[in-house]
Amino acid sequence: MGIRRLLSGNEATATAMKQINPDVVAAYPITPSTEVVHYFSQYVADGEVDTEFVAVESEHSAMSACIGASAAGGRTATVTSACGLALMWELLYVASGQRLPMTLAVINRALSGPININNDHSDSMGARDSGWIQLYSENNQEAYDNYVMSWRISEHKDVLLPVMVCQDGFITSHAVENIELIEDEKVKEFVGEFKPERHLIDGGPLSVGPYDTPHFYFEHQYQRAQAMKRAKQVILDVSKEFAAMTGRGYGLFEEYKMADAERVIVVLNSSAGTAKVAADQLRAKGEKVGVLKLRVFRPFPHAEVAKALSNAKAVAVMDKCDSFNGMGGPVFVDVRTACYDLATRPQIVNYIYGLGGRDVTVDNFLYVYEKLTEIINSGTNTDDIYRHVGVRGVN
Amino acid sequence: MIYVKGVNQDQKWDEINVGGNITEGGTALDVNTGDWRIMIPRFHEDKCKQCMLCFPVCPDSAIPVQNEKRLDFNFKHCKGCGVCFKVCPFEGAITWEKEDK
Amino acid sequence: MAYNLKKESNKPERLTGGHRLCAGCGASVAVRGVLRAVNEEDKTVCGVATCCLEVSSVLFPFTAWQEGFIHCAFENVAATISGVESNYNALKRKGKITDNYKFIAFGGDGGTYDIGLQSLSGAMERGHDMVYVCYDNEAYMNTGLQRSSSTPKFAEVSTAPVGTKQAKGEMGVGKGQHKKDLTAIIVGHGVPYVAQTTFTNNFKDLHEKAYKAHYTPGPAFLNVLAPCPRGWRYPAEELMTITKLAVETCIWPLYEVEDGEWKLTYEPKKKLPVEDYLKLQGRFRHLFKKGNEWMIEDLQAHVDKKWEQLLKKCK
Repeated sequence: MGIRRLLSGNEATATAMKQINPDVVAAYPITPSTEVVHYFSQYVADGEVDTEFVAVESEHSAMSACIGASAAGGRTATVTSACGLALMWELLYVASGQRLPMTLAVINRALSGPININNDHSDSMGARDSGWIQLYSENNQEAYDNYVMSWRISEHKDVLLPVMVCQDGFITSHAVENIELIEDEKVKEFVGEFKPERHLIDGGPLSVGPYDTPHFYFEHQYQRAQAMKRAKQVILDVSKEFAAMTGRGYGLFEEYKMADAERVIVVLNSSAGTAKVAADQLRAKGEKVGVLKLRVFRPFPHAEVAKALSNAKAVAVMDKCDSFNGMGGPVFVDVRTACYDLATRPQIVNYIYGLGGRDVTVDNFLYVYEKLTEIINSGTNTDDIYRHVGVRGVN
Repeated sequence: MIYVKGVNQDQKWDEINVGGNITEGGTALDVNTGDWRIMIPRFHEDKCKQCMLCFPVCPDSAIPVQNEKRLDFNFKHCKGCGVCFKVCPFEGAITWEKEDK
Repeated sequence: MAYNLKKESNKPERLTGGHRLCAGCGASVAVRGVLRAVNEEDKTVCGVATCCLEVSSVLFPFTAWQEGFIHCAFENVAATISGVESNYNALKRKGKITDNYKFIAFGGDGGTYDIGLQSLSGAMERGHDMVYVCYDNEAYMNTGLQRSSSTPKFAEVSTAPVGTKQAKGEMGVGKGQHKKDLTAIIVGHGVPYVAQTTFTNNFKDLHEKAYKAHYTPGPAFLNVLAPCPRGWRYPAEELMTITKLAVETCIWPLYEVEDGEWKLTYEPKKKLPVEDYLKLQGRFRHLFKKGNEWMIEDLQAHVDKKWEQLLKKCK
């Protein structure tokens, strides 16, 4: 049986890092992810891990050092938030393009400007097309579990892509919850050894990161695209093994009271918990509402999401990130696109919510469910698909 | 048509090294940069005192050395820049002329 | 062990021909010289910043590197190599590898003086056992000869062109500012070994400094003047004439700073006037126009001042 511990999301992440004992961790401080690095440097100082900890001078260098370490055959990790992730941007593409496994714990925070240290998803959502797998976590337990699973996914020969394990800054990163840890030995056995086919210091010649001419660049990008497609099955397989070890099952997403749901809210990370409370309240009144909580956003499980929403009449996709594109947020655009091929499509609208740490309440979700009722009753979304909730003067 | 160490541009996406890794060393040796030449250096062994000043100045590693003796130029890589000709202290050991193609 | 070029010539080349650098390029001469100073039994991983050297030496599926090579981006070669080195330490400690490696980062002046300065500073300060080599060709050659903070004052480059209205202190005189003293900046980091060098004569200066850099534990920095015939506009065959004049005019003094101690490694018997160096290069051609004598005077005064300062440091 696992070990019950009272841990913040950050400490849970740091604990998973300790159990995995990476070869190299390179990180730079930024709120709210810094705490993970505090914990981890203490483990290094106390000799609880034998990791090389590289206290770099920027997130750009953090990701650069991780790329070097991974290319040199090391199990490699870093942690960041918001502007730190933005500073890594250029290199996120390099890491996935060079097919270098690693895990980046993203403690989600709003991007500047103006500067704001609180939670939303503008950081990781901006990186959604960088070739990284993205796993989202509702609570501390999921942040821990996803972190442990991420290595098996990232290093799988069919995948070889880096993974972001995301959780909400402050909301879960600093909130203390009871979680169940897996025994060190079991984690070690589950994660196994990292044995890349080739690496920079294996004694043989190897050139990593060539100039890629038009003769080859497209094929290399196609390889990366195929790896991302293959990742879906690998995630399912690893999750199944994880469930056998812990009893905690994970899919591509969680369907909450979805069986006969006519009105559905699609949401990810911590707000899923709030949405579930709203759904419970309405279910108690006999209303057919459900929640679809995305866990895997990259690769996007489009066919599975479409199938899960095929019986709904109206769907609200929640984005804790605005795309400023005049149309809707990133999760919305993908969910709506996924449903295009359904024989009968639900009405699908977008709600941007909770930006920059704006409180997300049960009332917000009750409001959204009510709006879905209006859409069903009127038979139209009034061409107003790009909506916001929680903005003063709007609703 | 590029062809080197089992990689060519007719290959399908799943036949090419993942991520563009090059898993052998020095595959550029197969590239003929000698055809860039306008001028060409000539090595006259009889006049060479094997002082070795020429081999390190070659940007193209095109002056092979064996047992502390330089050999004739590797014309597959020599681009004809003339740096070796200029540093050679011995009259006539290296000459440099327009190449007839 | 005394330097012997003949003995060194026996070592196998770690950088091959068949790369696409221009005829007469100084970059690969610098790389070959630096790598020749690695003991044969040691292996290398070289990181290269985005630059002429990188795009010319590794075009998939061709690589001119015989051992480990990594390119990541423009501004981060120091951080990238520090990651490789960190993992080497981790794997060594865990007994997973037995080979001995040397880690060398190469960047041009753009990737070192400018966009890569932060990453370089971080890696030097953290104390990785690595050598950073700047092959300094005094402008962004790879993108078409734009000014960098390494470009010398008055040199004509594509983003600091010579204009039709040349006037003192205004735009249109070529670059308006003096070259940044990067070597001194790295000395300020207090790293165990820093040197400024170039290729002259039998490569003794470069070789000995590279050897110290490789085999002094901790971070080391080499600033190697590596002329670019295209960008500096001199005949390619004059490579070694240019480096020699850079040294003899004291425009590029040869010195090293070992554990904080400054030491001149070469002092010209007779310091030559800067004109001797400038007049061979098209980038300085406008300095020799009537009415522009002040530019040469300005440069000479700057070189004299810097040289005197260096002499004091090296006392």
